[in-house]
Formats: sequence, structure tokens, C-alpha cells
Amino acid sequence: MSRGVTKLEQPTRLSRETLVSFLEEMLLIRRFEEKVEERFRAGDLSGFLHVALGQEAVAVGVCRTLESDDVIASTHRAHHHCLAKGMTPNALMAELYGKLEGCSRGYGGSMHLYDLATGNLGANAVVGGGLPGIVGAALSFQLRGEPRIAVAFFGDGATNTGAFHESLNLAQLWSVPAVFVCENNHYAESTPSHQHMPITDLSRRAEAFGMHCVVVDGQDIEAVYLAATEATAHARAGNGPVFLVANTYRLTGHYVGDPQVYRPKGELRELRETQDPIPRLRELLGVDEESWSALEADVKATVEASVEFAKSGTDPRPEDALLNVYA
Amino acid sequence: MPETTYREAVRDCLAAAMRQDPDVFLMGEDIAEMGGSMGVTHGLLEEFGKERVRNTPISEAAIAGAGVGAAIQGMRPVVEIMYQDFITLSMEQIVLQAAKHRYMSGGQVSVPLTVRTQGGAGWSPGAQHAEQLEAWLCHVPGLKVVYPSTPEDASGLLWSSIYDDNTVVFFEHRTLYPIKANVPEALSPIELGKARVHREGSDVTIVAIGRLVHVALQVAEQATEEGISVEVLDPRTLLPLDEDAIINSVMKTNRCVVTHEAVTRMGFGAEIAALVQEKAFDYLDAPIERVGSKFTPIPFAPVMEQYVIPHEEDVMAAVKRTVARI
Ligand SMILES: Cc1ncc(C[n+]2csc(CCOP(=O)(O)OP(=O)(O)O)c2C)c(N)n1
Repeated sequence: MSRGVTKLEQPTRLSRETLVSFLEEMLLIRRFEEKVEERFRAGDLSGFLHVALGQEAVAVGVCRTLESDDVIASTHRAHHHCLAKGMTPNALMAELYGKLEGCSRGYGGSMHLYDLATGNLGANAVVGGGLPGIVGAALSFQLRGEPRIAVAFFGDGATNTGAFHESLNLAQLWSVPAVFVCENNHYAESTPSHQHMPITDLSRRAEAFGMHCVVVDGQDIEAVYLAATEATAHARAGNGPVFLVANTYRLTGHYVGDPQVYRPKGELRELRETQDPIPRLRELLGVDEESWSALEADVKATVEASVEFAKSGTDPRPEDALLNVYA
Repeated sequence: MPETTYREAVRDCLAAAMRQDPDVFLMGEDIAEMGGSMGVTHGLLEEFGKERVRNTPISEAAIAGAGVGAAIQGMRPVVEIMYQDFITLSMEQIVLQAAKHRYMSGGQVSVPLTVRTQGGAGWSPGAQHAEQLEAWLCHVPGLKVVYPSTPEDASGLLWSSIYDDNTVVFFEHRTLYPIKANVPEALSPIELGKARVHREGSDVTIVAIGRLVHVALQVAEQATEEGISVEVLDPRTLLPLDEDAIINSVMKTNRCVVTHEAVTRMGFGAEIAALVQEKAFDYLDAPIERVGSKFTPIPFAPVMEQYVIPHEEDVMAAVKRTVARI
């Protein structure tokens, strides 16, 4: 059983076809999130919205290594995970519009997106709130002898919660088939990580529990995919849980509308120029203008269709609020 | 007296306490550069520095618990729990530690901690960011619970909370931050445990807290047009409770409606109803009405959310039901 930190510096090349499909998926998430920002500003959407511009490669790279009956738990910043795990843009957009056709039938909203059919156990508005349940899901797979795994997504800020430490300890103690994916975007809301953690190397969190850890550049989809392949294989083979740290960047505010007063001047522009996973993959693949435009057009059509679908959806009746409180 | 928002009233009180007393300091998530998720602590980092305006990790148990520990050493920490929903994560430190050290030590220990938190529905954040949990805290001997509904009350009550030698959980309502009122420039403390009669009346007493105080005042205004005279009373401090003020009011009006945004069942209103029937049973001309949220988590879709939480119409209907009884 391997222990310690694996650093993946020189990933084996994936096929062009695979990488192109990653690009499509990442671009869909990007344009979907931009549309969410636009619709919120236009006053169509209510509530509290957190988008994942810049973090697309983590969601896609990890979820593409999962089987459809593997499960995930997500966070307040959930749209990218949901889409990558197979939720349709229509079901997601309809939920943001509060419609019965939404993935959570309008009961959940952006921070509470569920889709059991695609193995999505729910986004979670409580930081760290999803982790203990992932240990339990993985435990049930272990007890029933099923070859499934459970994956928790969370941010760097979540590693300061009690739930994180208790969950990783228990997961390792019982050697359950779980993967804990930390999207280290270097901020917890307005607080930069050096202000909320006394360490810079997150792999040391895993070391404390004797848990296998993989650290990867989260802006490099190929690297994420290969790291996640290793992590999920390790867990699935019964070798115990894995802590996967993807170093990434949030190329927008914490929430839609965040004035980001806490960001050093120029940081966002620089990050957008140097740390955007999408142009990076496009360049790697050498996608020409013509193919790019075609791809953009496809993605745009899908996103626009989701807005149309959502807008023409059914509003719940007010008294539907009384349903679903108990099973 | 300058016009001050509820948000500014809280901030100005924190600043005043910090200026005069080095033992007062703040801890909470994103309270420094960002000034708190609701902008309440805006500007305090610049004035008091990061030693006293402390950004914390997302660690609600440790935030509350470190506050308990510092308070026992004689400091007067004010900690912020960003949303009251997340006070569930601090509950052990508040309920089992802060509330009980005095008692368990046979009176040796004091815990002069203030826990500020905020929340409330009406903006569709979904079920984990919109609850009203004040009743949970009111069930705990050893704690004090304060819930101001106006800027001047926020200011005067926060001061008294900071300088109380017990742990005070101080609730703010998200939708009240922008409301304005005249607040005295020199801080004037308001004693904990004293209710405020916002409006006198003779037909029915509405006991309201938080956002519902403002709803009750609107209802009272409308009710005059129908010839109903409504008294509006805000306990402001929920624990200890100004029982005399409530009882005296009901003895005068003979009717009582209690309203809050928290779910009705087992809510703060249940305690008021019990108190009134115990102490003023013979004065009552109608059953006590309770108006709160329906017994569900707060749904996301705005149409459902609005259905679940109480509005003016609901309070008015309750007022009319009580006065319809002779
Ligand atoms: C228990 C809890 N405390 C506080 C919050 C408020 N909050 C929402 S997101 C957030 C920051 C989360 O940071 P991180 O885990 O790094 O995720 P990111 O936002 O960077 O994706 C905070 C403090 C919360 N939702 N839950």
C-alpha cells in the first residue's frame, strides 16, 4: 500500500480525442457559469450564487475518472461538479430559476443541488458539511462489497473545519473507498490561505492521518485526470482513501456580485492571463479559429437552450413548500 | 442625533467599546479586509489593526471556544458567526462550555463573551442560510439572548451585552441592516431584560421580535383604520425576559398575538403564550395567537419561501381573530 505524496510532473499524454472532449466540457461549464452571472445581474435569479470560473479542470478531470454509480458530494460552489458528474444543463438552470423541472424541484437552489440518478449526493452550503457523509457512503460500499467509491469536493478553507479532520481520520482508520478532493483556490471567501492556515503544503494535512496524497496542478486538465485516475484506482482497489489536492484559481469573485476588495490590485487580471485552464488546453491542442468558433457555437446553443428551458418551466405552487419535509 | 443604520449602529458600538477598552477584541470569518459578510465590521481593521480585528479560519467551534477561553481570562471578546445557521457548529462551546462554567465552578468563573450572529429568510438563499434559531439558545440556563430590532436598540443593547459578565448571544436580522433611525452620538446603554413598547394600544398586544417588530408596527397602523387599537411590544432581550412588561400589557389589552420569523412550533412565542396564560389567564378575552414560519425548512424557490415565512397579512389575520372574540 503506497503512502506519502505523489507529485505528477510529467503526465503521459492522453489521446487528442479525449482532450477535445475535456475542452468541450470545460467550455460548457465556463459559458454556463458566465450565463449564470449574467442572468443574476439581470435580476432573473435570486439567492446566493457562487460560480467556478477557473476551476473547471478540477471538476472535469476528476469526474471523468468516475463510474456513473460512484457518488460525489459538493459545496456552495457546485455547478461545475454537478455538470461534470452528469447533471443536464437544463436541470441545473431550471433549479437556479426555482422551477419544478430543476434538479432539486425548486426546493434547493444553487447551494443545494441534488441528482441521485447521476450519483450526486448534493451540493452543501455548510463548509465541510459534505465530508462526513462521504465517509458514510464509502463505508456502505465497503460493507456491501460494492466496487464503488465516494468523492468529496471542498475548498482550502474547508480544511480548517472540524468535519474535515474528523472525516479524514475516520476514513483512513476504516480504510474506506473515498477520495477527498481539495480545490485549493487559495482563498476562503475574502481570506487568503496564508491568513487561515499555518502551512502552505496541504499534503501535510493528509500526512497527519497517514493518508495517501496526490498533489496536482489543477489548471492542467491532463494532469488532473491522471492524478484522479491514480487516486480513484487506489480507493477502488481497497487500498484506502486518498487526499487529492488540486491547486487552482478562482477567476472571479467569491459570490456573484463580490466587489473583491480583498484582492491585491492586478491579481485577477494576471491570473486570468496566466492561469486559465481553457486557453491552456486550447493551445496544447492547437485548436484553430474555425474549430473554436464551431465549438463556441455548440456550447452557446446548449446554454441558451437551458435558459429557455428554465424560463418556460413550471413554478411550484406556494403550498408545495409543505411537501417533502418527511419521507 | 444623527441618522444611523442598524448596520452602522452595531459597528459604531463595537468601535466605541474597542476605543475605550483594550480588552474588547473581535474574531470571525472575513471580518477584517472584507468587513464581514454583511459589512458590519467595515473600517474596524483600519482603526484597530489585525491584532484586535481577527480574521479566523472556518472553524466555528474554535471561534466560539477561543472566545470562551479569552473571556474567562477577563477579556471581553466579541465573536461573529457569519450566519446563525452555523451557530449549530459552535453549539457545544456555547451550550456546554460558555453557559455552564459559572455554575459548574460554583460561581468562580465568568464568561463575558458576546456572540454576534445574523440571519433570516426572504432572499432565497435556501435552507442552510435562512433559519432563525433564537429559541434554541433561549432554552439554555446560563446564557443571555438579545435580539434588537432597531438601530438604537442594537447600539444600546450590544454595549450592555459586551459589558455583561455572562455569555450573550446577540441576534441581528439580515433584512434590518439598512433601516435607519436616530441614534444618540454618545453611546447610551440599554439594560438587558427590559422590553420596549413601540406603540401603545388598548385592544390587543402584539409581542414581536426581530423583523416582525416592523411588520407588527405596520399592522398596528392599518388596524387603526378598522378601529382596532394595537399595542406593539418588543422584548428585545429574550433571556432574561421582561415578564412584567408583557403581563402588564396583556392585562390592559386582554388579547395577545405573538410573532416571529422562526417556525411557530416550539418557538419563542410558545414561551410567551405559556407565560401569559399562567400569569394573566383571567384577563384574557381570546386565545393567544402565534404567527411564525410554517413547519418546514426554508425552501429556495421564492414563491415557496414567501409562503413559509410570516407576513403582514398573517399578523393582521391573527389580530382580527383575537378581537373578533368577545
Ligand atoms: C460552516 C460554514 N461557515 C461559514 C460559511 C460561510 N462561507 C461560505 S463559503 C466560505 C468560504 C469557503 O472557502 P473554501 O472552502 O476555500 O471554498 P471556496 O469558496 O474557495 O470554493 C465561507 C466562509 C459556511 N457556508 N459554512
